[in-house]
Amino acid sequence: MAEFINLALLALLALTALRIIFLKDLFSVVMLFGIYSFLSASIFLNLDAVDVAFTEASVGAGISTVLMLGTLALTGRKEKASKHSSCLPLVVVCVTGAVLIYGTLDMPPFGDPNNPAHQHVAPRYIEESLKEVGLPNMVTSVLASYRGFDTLGEVVVVFAAAIGVLSLLGIRRQKDELVADTGLKEHRVLHVIAKLIIPLIILFALYVQFHGDFGPGGGFQAGVIAAAAFILYTLVFGLKRTFVVVSPKFLAWMASIGVLVYACVGLFSMFKGGQFLDYNQLAADPIAGQHYGIIIIELGVGITVFAAMLSIFYAFESQVERSNVQ
Amino acid sequence: MSFVLDYYNYWVVVFLMMTGFYIVISANNLVKKIVGLNIFQTSVFMLYITVGKVSGGTAPIVTEGVSLYSNPLPHVLILTAIVVGVATTALGLSLVVRIKRAYGTVEENEFENKDDAI
Repeated sequence: MAEFINLALLALLALTALRIIFLKDLFSVVMLFGIYSFLSASIFLNLDAVDVAFTEASVGAGISTVLMLGTLALTGRKEKASKHSSCLPLVVVCVTGAVLIYGTLDMPPFGDPNNPAHQHVAPRYIEESLKEVGLPNMVTSVLASYRGFDTLGEVVVVFAAAIGVLSLLGIRRQKDELVADTGLKEHRVLHVIAKLIIPLIILFALYVQFHGDFGPGGGFQAGVIAAAAFILYTLVFGLKRTFVVVSPKFLAWMASIGVLVYACVGLFSMFKGGQFLDYNQLAADPIAGQHYGIIIIELGVGITVFAAMLSIFYAFESQVERSNVQ
Repeated sequence: MSFVLDYYNYWVVVFLMMTGFYIVISANNLVKKIVGLNIFQTSVFMLYITVGKVSGGTAPIVTEGVSLYSNPLPHVLILTAIVVGVATTALGLSLVVRIKRAYGTVEENEFENKDDAI
């Protein structure tokens, strides 16, 4: 049954991707891309990657789509026909594809427990992580503890990308007299619904943040979901009112504080006599130390991802509002 | 038949990868190119998750009565890669916005020869 679902989802995915090639209307392209992300999230779920499915659904289908729509609002929604012939790209793609397919024949068969990928470090994670880290969710154990240094790097990359977007676009502070309130003022229903669901989204984000040790979830997903709540607020009530709630300057502080919290946990464990990010040193009992460490660094991750995603959205949205005013 | 069952996941991944690749090299519009890049990226994610799957296994969260789990390592790598991916996509999109402002167009064939005008 699982294979059948997998096959059906993969077929839908391939069809969606094919359709994107031929569409010239970029709005439809972006919407299809959202569907593509959701379908791939379902496939990840079917392949047991629950945390990945969660992330793909909130990030790929949510934030990416919003950012692409924001870009379309600035660049126009039609793709113009190209004068170049599509023969050469097609030949290149077919040849590369044929070579890759030939390469897959040397891959180990799908799902075999004896595959090389399952022999090296994975058995230790699966068998020992409950004893060594004390969390049921192995993905969180590996993410935050075994590979904590790697995750610190990823958080810094997200932080750096946010700085990059801000320096390219910048968040413009509008002069109050010049700019009228934007947002969907006329839509009463949207106002009421948004006010009802925004607290629930934030509550859900907090649940995902603190329940990530036991079930799917964690700082990355929670940060994105919390940002989605404020993105919804901005879309309905306008940027000016959102700046009152969460100002861009506050976000800049938060993004750096998240990274610093993460790095400081590492430094603190060094001062206690261990290695960088060795949580066993944080408390007398190693398992308790692991718990403290993981909760704090997940909080750092959540804060940085939230602030980075929301700042990036602010940057795009303030460009859109500026072009609407002109 | 079992041969097909063993490999069809990889083949779909290759197909998606090539679709994304084709969009990147043939599309004229920069936003569409970025969509293509994202399709390519997602297909790589799927390759990793496919490698991590163990037949008959379950999600890598310790549960009583279960002894066979899928490999958690690819999940960790891809989870962080997705978030980094959206951050870099945002960077790419903001470059597109700047190109629009500088050249007045995001169609590749239209701004190719405009360098002198600026």
